[in-house]
Amino acid sequence: MRPRPARFLSLAAAITASTAVLVACSSNGSNTASSSKSPILIGASLSLTGDFSTDGLAFQKAYLLWQSDVNSHGGLLGRQVKLIILNDGSSPTTVASNYQKLITVNHVALTIAPFSSLLTQPASAVAARYGYAMVNGAGSTDNVFISKSNEAVHNVFSPSLPVDDYMVPFVNWIKSLPPSQRPRTAAYPMVNDPFADPPVQTAQKALKALGIKTVYSKVLPAEVSAYKPAADQVAASGAQMVVLGSPDVPSVNAFMQAFQQQKYNPKVFMCASGPDQGTAFLSAVGKANATGIMVPNGWYGAYNNPLSSVMVEEYIAKYGGTASDISADVAEGYSVGEVVADAVKATHGTDNKKIIQYLHSGVTLNTVQGTVHFDSLGRNVSPNAAGFIFQWQNGSYNQVLPPGASGSHPIIYPKPPWGG
Amino acid sequence: MGRLIYEAVIDGLLVGAVYGLMAVGLTLIFGVLDIINIAQGILVIVGAYLSYVLSVHLHIDLFLGLFITVPAMFVIGIAIYWAFIRPLRGAERTSMSLLATYAVALIIEGVLYWVFTPGYVELRGWYVTSSIRLFGFYLPYIYVFAAALAVALVLALYAVLYRTRFGRSIRATVQDQTAARLVGINVNRVAALTFGIGVAVTAVGGMVYGATSGGFNPNSGYDLISRLLAIVILGGLGSIAGALVASVFMITIESLVDIWSPSWAIVVFYAALVIVLIVHPSGLLGRSLTREQ
Repeated sequence: MRPRPARFLSLAAAITASTAVLVACSSNGSNTASSSKSPILIGASLSLTGDFSTDGLAFQKAYLLWQSDVNSHGGLLGRQVKLIILNDGSSPTTVASNYQKLITVNHVALTIAPFSSLLTQPASAVAARYGYAMVNGAGSTDNVFISKSNEAVHNVFSPSLPVDDYMVPFVNWIKSLPPSQRPRTAAYPMVNDPFADPPVQTAQKALKALGIKTVYSKVLPAEVSAYKPAADQVAASGAQMVVLGSPDVPSVNAFMQAFQQQKYNPKVFMCASGPDQGTAFLSAVGKANATGIMVPNGWYGAYNNPLSSVMVEEYIAKYGGTASDISADVAEGYSVGEVVADAVKATHGTDNKKIIQYLHSGVTLNTVQGTVHFDSLGRNVSPNAAGFIFQWQNGSYNQVLPPGASGSHPIIYPKPPWGG
Repeated sequence: MGRLIYEAVIDGLLVGAVYGLMAVGLTLIFGVLDIINIAQGILVIVGAYLSYVLSVHLHIDLFLGLFITVPAMFVIGIAIYWAFIRPLRGAERTSMSLLATYAVALIIEGVLYWVFTPGYVELRGWYVTSSIRLFGFYLPYIYVFAAALAVALVLALYAVLYRTRFGRSIRATVQDQTAARLVGINVNRVAALTFGIGVAVTAVGGMVYGATSGGFNPNSGYDLISRLLAIVILGGLGSIAGALVASVFMITIESLVDIWSPSWAIVVFYAALVIVLIVHPSGLLGRSLTREQ
């Protein structure tokens, strides 16, 4: 045991150090670039395990890729960027405590968002409490933007398109078809998911206005056992068009399996999510079955955008694979870093208050997902933001809508039979 | 409407049989060892991955592969018992087993992530998307085979329990461990073998789950365990036939409610559990009945 004076001195030193830390941190995350050449700490919580782990791990790759890109170009304002990533296990409770820890214990200068709207909402509320901006790539449902904390602090910014608008090009295409060629009936099975359902509901409203009769419209619990009975009911309805509110590959595949078992093949099969997972989707459902299936997406590996092309090259160099192996999650995550970098450079520091003001100033930024322009609640309302519909065509994942856009292929309609 | 109800009942019978396959092992383990195996869900996924490896890398048919995966899962079960369950002693054994088997689930999940990555995979066979038309409804072969397998498995387990010396040892252990020891039964051995059998049958449930779920990854086990627990509680903890009856009963009710409101289907699933337990606290084929058998 050490002598008492030494212990007293240690205690005094600890109190002094703690006080210094508290004073240093009392500036509401307003470290400035000139304060030191220490790294800029940026905190994030990601779903490295649990329900969202596939996407969470893709986001982790994106964030780390952005970090290494920035640092290899001299960092931000001459300072290296250091990411602190905690695992939230896909839990909304854990994500809130993680951001609390990042801000109050790790003393990060900036925070960037977790994966999914479900987790971004509680995370952004914590960030708002401390005046931190929260740029997010995968939290673009209304409940993230229209929340008490964001309406008060306006700290949420999403470079991705608002989820509700994802299927607008698809609706416009149906509208462009001669009435005799349009599907007459539609089914809208929706797995209960904050990301998957809003675009389907928006599409349903618009398609109903076009005179397309709704023959099935139900929200299903996100339980594997619920998919087959629902899919059988859709098949029994004989709907000519199915717009599926699917959150992932298994939910789409479960419907596809049931449709094949019931010898049912709709003329149009549109999914909110799942087919956008590249080879993961193709290997799950098979090349022949995938043909004709459509999905909205803001980004894909061959997206014609200079920043995107560079990111794809760097991604392949760092992680291997091909452009088609890169999921949209990566672009969503990477664009978060780009927005943060632009804001730090423009405000010459990491003062969150200035960053929030800057991002709300009407500025237009360029990201790997296209241009970004935020409205008062942080939604990307840029008319040039990436918003496309893709279709699987004989093993290729092709952009098909909008029809006149650069890189769009002719759409396959009606959908060919399963396996053909 | 008549057709929808008919289809819902058929779906309930077929999908219920699949869940019954997965729940049988859980209830067997509880019946003999008095422990709740929280790892049962992830063990189902291990069974699915074993079938996946045999199917994709060795091109072995999913059903033929069971001749390999069932013994493999039996060995895994024995290993888990000796490493994690056997050391548990005393009055707190049952509650401690919850923590121990949860730890097992986490360890297995970590290993699966490491080996297979988080990406979804699925099991394929000609019978997964093919079906036979019966009374105006297409019955998928995979579900028909799974239902037949579930019934065969339950009959086989009953044959083991009631027609073999080992089965008598199990039943004696279920009724009174001390008395079983006094008549010379090696209770530890019986417990280990029973745990092994309880895990081995998950290979069958895992294969069918992997083929019918649309895809699975190492995290999929957590979706299963709450439902499996509800099924074995409703069926009567320890009752093998009860697990099968309860799963068919609950999934059929869920399918029927699904016609009107899928959101309420899951509520009704658990409401049915509560109502049955109020009326008959030991479940549909509860332990008292099981022990009388």
